[in-house]
Amino acid sequence: MCAQQNASLNFTFRSDTLLVSISGEIDHHSARGIREKIDEKMFSLRPRLLILDLGEVNFMDSSGLGLILGRLSCAEEMNCALRLSNVTDAVMKILNFAGADRLRGLTVEKKKEQTLCK
Amino acid sequence: MKMMVNEMKVRLTAQSENEGTARSVVSVFAASLNPTIEQLADLRCAVSEAVTNCIVHAYRGESDRSRCYIYISVRLYDNGEISVEVADKGCGIPDIEAARRPLFTTDPDSERCGMGFAVMESFTDSLKVKSKVGQGTTVLMKKSFRR
Repeated sequence: MCAQQNASLNFTFRSDTLLVSISGEIDHHSARGIREKIDEKMFSLRPRLLILDLGEVNFMDSSGLGLILGRLSCAEEMNCALRLSNVTDAVMKILNFAGADRLRGLTVEKKKEQTLCK
Repeated sequence: MKMMVNEMKVRLTAQSENEGTARSVVSVFAASLNPTIEQLADLRCAVSEAVTNCIVHAYRGESDRSRCYIYISVRLYDNGEISVEVADKGCGIPDIEAARRPLFTTDPDSERCGMGFAVMESFTDSLKVKSKVGQGTTVLMKKSFRR
């Protein structure tokens, strides 16, 4: 996999909670594939809580914002809550920008320890 | 008077896999100005938005992307400033003022949130947009890396 623009997903489903760990870069190029994979799991598993773990996301632009807002409305329709976890400062900056940190049905948890260099 | 110390021009075909290439190549080039991690992250994001606009909007409906180009010019100045110009020869923007407004999008179905120009404006120090319908759009962003 070409490291520079791809994202990969890891799914865990337990007690009505779907955890999606996303790593890599979320941009317009990768957003569509991420969206399709998450929605497919959402429709087959019907969770009550969707957690997107963004701890390993090293880039996100407004396409990522669109992805998150889209999943929020999709989850709402299914009566499912959305939580973003391990949100880094850079991703938080984009989220705050659109006021996504104050949206109903969405909880945002910051990443606790940030390593400066990886 | 500021002096230009380095310059780069890149031409990329307007396909989405080049979004990552565009922001990476600009940030590698900008690194010699010794920006902070946050400043560089902001620049990467702004470039990504500009290039995505070319791919999603400027060349919308063009099926043969091998002849659709994005032209990126980057200049570095001795006062720690960088200018990034992202240009296309696509459809152009009829109403720039409306396009720059947050949440404005012509493509709501594919989850475009209409924040591209707003991010460019907020993550850089200045943003200028020039466009002619049928001829293309040029976006000029400037950012100072002085601490």
